Amino acid sequence: MAVESDFSPDEKQLTIKVKGRFDFGKHQEFRDAYERLDPTPNSVVVDLKDATYLDSSALGMLLLLRDHAGGERSDIKVINTSSDVRKILAISNFEKLFDVS
Amino acid sequence: MPAEQGLRVLIAEDGAADRLLLAQIVRRQGHEVVTAENGEQAVALFAEERPDLVLLDALMPVMDGFEAARRIKAMAGEALVPIIFLTSMNEEQGLVRCLEAGGDDFMAKPYSAVILAAKIGAMDRLRRLQATVLEQRDELARHHHHLLNEQRVAKAVFDKVAHSGCLRSSNIRYLQSPYALFNGDLLLAAFTPSGDMHVLLGDFTGHGLPAAVGAMPLAEVFYGMTAKGYGLVETLREMNAKLKRILPVDMFCCALLLNLSFERGTVEVWNGGMPDGYRLSAAGEVLSVLQSRHLPLGILAPEQFDDRTDILPLTAGERVFLLSDGVVDTGDAKDRLFGVERLREVLAANRDPGQLFDEVMQALERFGGVPRDDISLCDIRMAEPGGLAPVAPVYSDSGRSSPLDWSLSLVLHADSLKRFNPVPYLLQFLQEIHGLRPSSAVLHSVLGELYSNALEHGVLGLDSRLKQDAAGFAEYYRERGRRLTALSEGFVRIALRVEPMAAGGRLTVEISDSGTGFDIEKVLARPASEKGLSGRGLHLVQRLGVRAQWLDQGRRARVEFGW
Repeated sequence: MAVESDFSPDEKQLTIKVKGRFDFGKHQEFRDAYERLDPTPNSVVVDLKDATYLDSSALGMLLLLRDHAGGERSDIKVINTSSDVRKILAISNFEKLFDVS
Repeated sequence: MPAEQGLRVLIAEDGAADRLLLAQIVRRQGHEVVTAENGEQAVALFAEERPDLVLLDALMPVMDGFEAARRIKAMAGEALVPIIFLTSMNEEQGLVRCLEAGGDDFMAKPYSAVILAAKIGAMDRLRRLQATVLEQRDELARHHHHLLNEQRVAKAVFDKVAHSGCLRSSNIRYLQSPYALFNGDLLLAAFTPSGDMHVLLGDFTGHGLPAAVGAMPLAEVFYGMTAKGYGLVETLREMNAKLKRILPVDMFCCALLLNLSFERGTVEVWNGGMPDGYRLSAAGEVLSVLQSRHLPLGILAPEQFDDRTDILPLTAGERVFLLSDGVVDTGDAKDRLFGVERLREVLAANRDPGQLFDEVMQALERFGGVPRDDISLCDIRMAEPGGLAPVAPVYSDSGRSSPLDWSLSLVLHADSLKRFNPVPYLLQFLQEIHGLRPSSAVLHSVLGELYSNALEHGVLGLDSRLKQDAAGFAEYYRERGRRLTALSEGFVRIALRVEPMAAGGRLTVEISDSGTGFDIEKVLARPASEKGLSGRGLHLVQRLGVRAQWLDQGRRARVEFGW
């Protein structure tokens, strides 16, 4: 699976791991990782350790996730970003919406 | 496995007994049979009856099976008409010849009904597969053709909208891939009524029609508000609010907006999500980088939107160079990106600005980049004040409603001064007076200047001498922002009076402020050469040949327009 999801032991935090190219091809899998959960956790970690590339549709998917997890009230961390991925997030100033590390 | 439906099978066999036997076996399996005694007959029957499958004896008189197979395959064209050779040959060479002549399979004599049925079944599956593939290919081709046609029409409509602006202006050079719009790229430029130039380079998320759909409303807001004299900030807020309202959550638009003021020698910049733009000297050195400081348009709710712009000096001959991410993100065969550094090398090596785009494209080619269809380049040169002739707007009303006898007074207090610019509204209103329309550009400049003077020097007490160099310029606007945020009292009053005169009419504008005033004589006496980037406002108003007076120790400015 190119998109894996995992719950923390207390089930309050969802971790979504994306592997390979994070682009429009992952759209359905990425949405499936959180959309079917009820209730949706407010706290989500997107782990990009094994993501090699990220395009603007991936940024769109992050916005969808944020919207689904409560928009302003959501707490979304994007972790293990490579320097290339961080550059893309920085140009779009997505650090203003997501906790990027 | 028997064939799913009865097929029409052509049997060509010179031996009468064998022919009858075969025909019987095949008929029993539910197929329709036509028979031929030699190759020539077989070819003629094929043309006439168009069978689905052919059983062909290899050795026949008149024309043998090999020649017949070649002709039948040629006639069948793209459709698969399976040919099964009937042969008593056992040596390898003979069997190979059957396949080389176009046969799909062979069957050794004596015939086994079971094996023949299985072979016909297998061939039928292949035949159907081929038919399905051809059908789908044709359908894809039709859809593709349809799509291209739709794109052509949409592009033609959009080009009309996009080019209603001033992209053809002599100080703008641009290059866009032909279908960049369908990759979300957008380039717009228009003159404001006071002769400033607004430019937008945008990039919507995604590809195809969805990426192009947002371009229309964005262009409409851009042109509409620019024509009405709204500044970059108001236009940005409206564009963001509109896109936020109409686009789905995962769609947004990266954008870089410029306001080039030729009169003031400044460029105002807002960059949300676009690659770095460059402010270049006349010789092409990078003076500063126009970095993305904001989220793209269409993401934040209006109350969270950050409309802060940077204002930088830009003197005549200096340029701004903008590009879309298709340039820096062009990848080579190994997935390496062209990147910002290679672009900077091209910029550094450039000698003739006219060659810059060619040099960028050549560098992309040398880099071995896979050509992309979302490349936009734009190079805008700062012109001398009054060096460009903006196109006058076309009015469509009759002029009968022209109001010629009225006055109004508007007072803005601290809270309104922070968030509201009344100038576009007042100008909109003044447009109703036909006699004033020919001087509309001057009116915009003068009103805009006097209002910013009253606010910045009067209410906020800023000293325009700060604006001596680029650093001072930045400091001036930072300080302006700080003081405006902290503002708790003060006012700007705008009074307009319109009177009919014997031949036409007269407009009197008075703008006063709560500041401490200034030494009018001293400021106006400063020679142009000494003032550097500062104090342009007053000189500008004077230079435009408007009758201007300063009263109350500089706290009140009065100008008159007659027609």
